[in-house]
Amino acid sequence: MDAVVVRGVVHDYPAKRKSVARRALNDVSFSVAEGELFGLLGPNGGGKSTLFRILATSFPPTSGSAAILGRDLIADPASVRPLLGVVFQSPSLDNKLTVRENLIHGGRLYGLSGPSLKARIDEMLTHYRLTQREGDLCGTLSGGLRRRVELAKNLLHKPKVILLDEPSTGLDPAARQDLWEHLLSLKAGGATILTTTHLMDEGDRCDRVAILDQGRIVALGAPSALKAEIGGDVITIETDDASGLRDEITRKFGVTPQAFGAQLRLERTAGHAFIPQLVEAFPGRLRTVSLSRPSLEDAFLHHAGRRFADSDEASK
Amino acid sequence: MSAILALWERDIVRFFRDKPRVIGGLVPPIVFWLLIGAGLGTSVHVPGAPEGMSFLQYFYAGTLVLIVLFTSIFATISIIEDRHEGFLQAVLVSPVPRLSIVLGKVLGASTVGLAQGLAFLVLAGAAGLHPGLEGYALAFAVLTLSSVGLTALGFCIAWVLDSSQGFHAVMNLFLIPMWMLSGALFPSATAPRFLQWVIAANPVSYAVTGLQRALLPAVVADGSVSMGGCLAVLAAFAAVMLAVSVAVASRRDAR
Repeated sequence: MDAVVVRGVVHDYPAKRKSVARRALNDVSFSVAEGELFGLLGPNGGGKSTLFRILATSFPPTSGSAAILGRDLIADPASVRPLLGVVFQSPSLDNKLTVRENLIHGGRLYGLSGPSLKARIDEMLTHYRLTQREGDLCGTLSGGLRRRVELAKNLLHKPKVILLDEPSTGLDPAARQDLWEHLLSLKAGGATILTTTHLMDEGDRCDRVAILDQGRIVALGAPSALKAEIGGDVITIETDDASGLRDEITRKFGVTPQAFGAQLRLERTAGHAFIPQLVEAFPGRLRTVSLSRPSLEDAFLHHAGRRFADSDEASK
Repeated sequence: MSAILALWERDIVRFFRDKPRVIGGLVPPIVFWLLIGAGLGTSVHVPGAPEGMSFLQYFYAGTLVLIVLFTSIFATISIIEDRHEGFLQAVLVSPVPRLSIVLGKVLGASTVGLAQGLAFLVLAGAAGLHPGLEGYALAFAVLTLSSVGLTALGFCIAWVLDSSQGFHAVMNLFLIPMWMLSGALFPSATAPRFLQWVIAANPVSYAVTGLQRALLPAVVADGSVSMGGCLAVLAAFAAVMLAVSVAVASRRDAR
């Protein structure tokens, strides 16, 4: 059985005083196998958070269906909620309570109590290296520590499916590394993990990713497969005359690079052999030329037709 | 059940950890009571009240209601903070039914209001009121029912509002007049006819009349609602507001 199944999900935000009606999700379908680490990758405003909140049972989509471990989360959210461990982007801790009090509160919401809750909390505090800080108010902790408390709290009830929304937001590199080690250890323990991210290197760590842009899934697969689709190398040229140079490259070599500002980009097999030809054909007109293996960023560009960073800007 | 208790306990712990709130809920109404009560003193004679009774004594029941009103309703303002901080979001996707969420929150906030009210009730003797054990018990019942009803009202307002500034605006526009038009400041009997209707329709009036009956029966005008009537109206008010709260909290919109 698949852990998560999403079929034809559409979500519209109605027009409000200050914003026009907007289609946030447009016919989104995918499934996540049990035990998989799945990434929803995309620029801000691409629809990730809307999809995340629908999966977390915060609200139902406008249309379409979705199920967690075979249970319909739209018709019967109550049956799905005990199975889920949800870590939202904004922290759900009460800053006026201590670490332990937060865990007790969280555990009781999921039906845990008494000695078994206490034992489970002790276990999680040890696992997340929080035992020294259990009496501290959460408001006094650093961002990285708070994230660990957040994880410990939301995983107390041993959820089968773990949903995380941009879990590394606000974390320094060391804390991010730490977080991903925890996620990989949870996956090793058999949990299914679905995480949203706008960071390409985090997408690379997932078993599979769905790239979401403007409410649609534009690519879906293992990061290595998505990169392999590009076929060859990526050549990036910086120049002072992007559009002129683009036309001349088209005439001379029969390939049309994509232009982004002062940058031209083209995908080419055996790129290392093509670069000398380019340099010789346009002496003095190329500021820099670089050759790289395709990244997930290139996969996004390949499918969405835009740079990731540009779409990030456009959505603000 | 465990979830209701967890939510209830959280509110209590938060309240007593926040010393300014404990003081802020209790001290201003007492100052208010002393200033208005002593200022008007014996220069205002409450119609129907026995000779020699000061306004301080008449005003005591109204002050008690004011304390409960303020503390209970302001305790629900945390719903707005919880929504902004993400705490509420996590509670809403937990397996806790909406009814339990409402009960946990309302009971937590009303316990806080009730505790403040009881702290003021201890001063009844100092105000020259000697209601006896039965009077105290009835006052306790009135305070309990009114704090649950008022908290549930605050819950509905806080749930639909987006900012705590908006909450304060609603408070000033709506809740302060509710308190003023309850017989807390002046008796209904001598008010203009249209105000009498407003007072009769206002659930807070039944809290004031109930407390007056329990603590200072001498000021209650003839023909006022009986103690049983007050308790029945307050119980109905609490039940209706709880039902509305559950309905409001059960909407599954994309906020």
